[in-house]
Amino acid sequence: MMREHKLITARIGKINPESIDDYLKHDGYTMLEKALSMRRIEIHDHFEASRLRGRGGAGFPVAVKLMALAKESRTPKYVVCNADEGEPGNFKDRYLMENNPHQIIEGMLIAAYATVATEGYIYIRGEYANAMRIMQKALDDARERGFLGKNILNKRFSFDIEIRSGAGSYVCGEEFALLESIEGKAGRTRVKPPFPTSVGLFGQPTLINNVETLATFPSIIDMGGKAYAEIGTETSTGTKLISLSGNIKHKGVFEVPFGMSMRDIIEKLGGGVPGGHKIKMIQLGGACGPIIPEYMLDMVIDFERFEEFESKTGAGAIIVIDDRFDVFDILRRISAFFEHESCGKCTPCREGNLHMLKTVEKFVNYNATDKDLNALESLARVMHQTSLCGLGQTAPTAVISTLHYFRFAYLNRIEESNIEEAV
Amino acid sequence: MAKIKINNMPLNVPDGITILEAAKENNFNIPTLCYYPDLDIKSDCRVCVVEVKGHKGLSTSCSTPIYDGMEIKINSPRAQNARKAIVEMMLANHDANCTACVRNMNCELQRLAESLGIHENRFDTVLQEKAIEQSNPSIVRNANRCIKCGRCVDVCKTVQGMSVLETAGRSHDAQVSPAYGKELKDVFCTYCGQCSAVCPVGAIMEKDHTHNVWDALDNGDKHVIVQVAPAIRVSLGEELNLPLGSIVTGKMVAALKMLGFDRVFDTNFTADLTIIEEGHELIGRLKERGKLPLITSCCPGWINYCEQEFPDLIDHLSSCKSPQQMFGSLAKTYYAQREGINPDDIYVVSVMPCTAKKFEAERPEMRVNGKDPDVDAVLTTRELAKMIKQMGIDFDNLREQKFDKPDEVTSGAAAIFGATGGVMEAALRSVKEILEERPLEKLDFDTVRGTDGIREAEVEISGQTHHVAVAHTLANARTLAQKVREGGTPYSFIEIMACPGGCVGGGGQPYGTTSERSRERIYSIYQVDRLTKIRKSHDNAAVMNLYSNYLGDPSGEKAHELLHTHYVNRRKK
Repeated sequence: MMREHKLITARIGKINPESIDDYLKHDGYTMLEKALSMRRIEIHDHFEASRLRGRGGAGFPVAVKLMALAKESRTPKYVVCNADEGEPGNFKDRYLMENNPHQIIEGMLIAAYATVATEGYIYIRGEYANAMRIMQKALDDARERGFLGKNILNKRFSFDIEIRSGAGSYVCGEEFALLESIEGKAGRTRVKPPFPTSVGLFGQPTLINNVETLATFPSIIDMGGKAYAEIGTETSTGTKLISLSGNIKHKGVFEVPFGMSMRDIIEKLGGGVPGGHKIKMIQLGGACGPIIPEYMLDMVIDFERFEEFESKTGAGAIIVIDDRFDVFDILRRISAFFEHESCGKCTPCREGNLHMLKTVEKFVNYNATDKDLNALESLARVMHQTSLCGLGQTAPTAVISTLHYFRFAYLNRIEESNIEEAV
Repeated sequence: MAKIKINNMPLNVPDGITILEAAKENNFNIPTLCYYPDLDIKSDCRVCVVEVKGHKGLSTSCSTPIYDGMEIKINSPRAQNARKAIVEMMLANHDANCTACVRNMNCELQRLAESLGIHENRFDTVLQEKAIEQSNPSIVRNANRCIKCGRCVDVCKTVQGMSVLETAGRSHDAQVSPAYGKELKDVFCTYCGQCSAVCPVGAIMEKDHTHNVWDALDNGDKHVIVQVAPAIRVSLGEELNLPLGSIVTGKMVAALKMLGFDRVFDTNFTADLTIIEEGHELIGRLKERGKLPLITSCCPGWINYCEQEFPDLIDHLSSCKSPQQMFGSLAKTYYAQREGINPDDIYVVSVMPCTAKKFEAERPEMRVNGKDPDVDAVLTTRELAKMIKQMGIDFDNLREQKFDKPDEVTSGAAAIFGATGGVMEAALRSVKEILEERPLEKLDFDTVRGTDGIREAEVEISGQTHHVAVAHTLANARTLAQKVREGGTPYSFIEIMACPGGCVGGGGQPYGTTSERSRERIYSIYQVDRLTKIRKSHDNAAVMNLYSNYLGDPSGEKAHELLHTHYVNRRKK
């Protein structure tokens, strides 16, 4: 298991992303046709059998969301594609949008048909100008060819999609903040419950899924849910796009089956660390993910295995950091990032990130004491356990994981700090 | 019913309620901060977190529904530590110079810190000093004390439908502010003050007039008189630790005399006067087919709203001054003349349940001599309570006293001005009886009472059916005003009050005012009405004497000069 498993990226490189004819030549939109010929319950059965879990970071079972939306009788219902890929170290959604836009549209169409939704939005990160342009052209072309709009493929099925974008805020990748942003409000999350499938966009039932998740839908219709579930591991089915970056030879997006080890991904697919340096640590998932030491790299990519970090797989980023870097410098950048990106709605995230940054800076500046260590540990736990949305809950993940795996670095830094503790 | 456990105690609670409600039913008061009855559940502050078995993080009790088999721990060290840490973080970004704050000993954050046992803060202060906004006559905003609970934003948006206050900025720079960092005087704010009433700390307050009043009371050259609005007597007691809904008229008069006021008058007197004037205005418009519906003008929050958002409806507004301002102009003319005092030496204080009244008192139209305000200072219920506390007055033990003459004579109709629908009912009592020229069979107009946001009723007068409507809160005012703007409404007369419940729920009322508490005050107000000998404004002989001795005819020339005003389009670009 050292090669990629190209399932949702199979067409990439073979088609011109800006040509709908190319996509059609490579069996594009045939899975939509197939889905439209199926009874809706069959489609749901396939998703249930596939055991597909969301690829945006939280790993929620897709079939459960789809069924929840299908059961809602209030109309209109929305399908929203979360393309606000703001997590540092992640670029796989951009890769999909720029290289295979129609497959995402096809996935949204299948979702809409299965749930009887009539309107769709793709919320694209503001910085992704090129992806936005390509998606817009794809939508225009699809509409012209009758894949979007009224009576699609001459069936009693109508659905259309519009692109929306924000002003560049990380938190808009959080589903409720994203919905608020589409509604024209400031990107701040809402209180849950209710969940989007019952009260989502404009107060209506809404399915919201990540780009990669939706791009997988045609493959599940193609192969059937059971066959899809045979890829990967018992607990995590299918393939995952990995955004590989940092101190690595071959940076890029790789599609791998669940169950591949991180070491294989880094060394076999990524070509290892350049310049004769050694891996010191990797950060998994992005800025919100855990930092783990080199000796854990034999761990395989799997939702269940990653549970122990309380961060799941994240969206599939692996950031490789070699032995030239100091863990506290890394933590300072991460803390500064969250201190900037917190929306300011709930107390632990609004206030906590600033205190976290200040405390981490004490370690960076050789100015730390045991008291700071205790304060940091307690603060990180409180933020993780009490924040309103995923941002605040995962902002301290890097700190929590390094307190565990790099504890000696903290203790050494305190010793090197030479601060006389006030008695 | 669901079976749950709280701190290992097995309990049965109704389905569908939240952890907070379930706990309260069983005598656990889980600490809260952003939570406020009548407002949306925000779960922003995270103070109410508890541990729930099976939940990964801690859960906010205000927003988490209970389910059968749920096991909740309020007492776990994890939850206790988290609650403490959250409040410590708030304190680290808060001007915690408590003794310099108007909310000292009456502050929800302070109480919370005390009950959680916070004696030192593990977090260093990160407060960045911001300028205090005090450029308008009514409201002061001190961002250094704001803890971003969002209550003010919520009450402004959902109760009042205004959205003047919003949350701006992000992370620890997040601030509550009008759009684009403007000041309240430069945006569409009515100074209703609901924000100041729900603020848990001293971040939004009424503009303090107590110092001016103390100075005036100390000034031997000044003859200082005070008037008290109808809604104060049923709410002041709450600020002074008396039971909800206590009617404290007599003790309040006694306390005001102890503070040093030369005369203590009742605004109910000029409320009766308002009814006579407004009643004649209505009768005039009905007879002469004037602009209808006539809309009440005693609520300055509503006037501010109408002048800014519905300037095209200004012709519908009654030209009557509010009772506060009628009192002010009479004090500096009729009263000065009667008592032989130079009007310049009279200092008029009013006690109002309202912050917008401070703005009203400063309006240039409200100056009979053309230069000085008729009403010199306006105290809210909260400010009066503060002054009573400052003097160490043992309020509960005071012997009841009566208002000074002539205002001791007032009607029950004036008393109910403080409740939504009250002005309408008071006017109907007089208008119907005057037009029909025979005594009313029934004094209570039950159809205009109640607390529904907009109420419509039909009233028979001389065999003709008249449609009337009552609205309270600015959100409902907007709905009703929009209807009038569109035309074709059947109404002859409309009463609008800006605050929920009317003046009993005013922006200057005691902290912790909720619709439930307002209903108790409304009950007390109707109690005052029932216990009053005279129940109709035109039966108030003192008021009628004022006409024969000084004013001449109702709606006459002198009355117009002193008791009426005009409005201006104050729409902001």
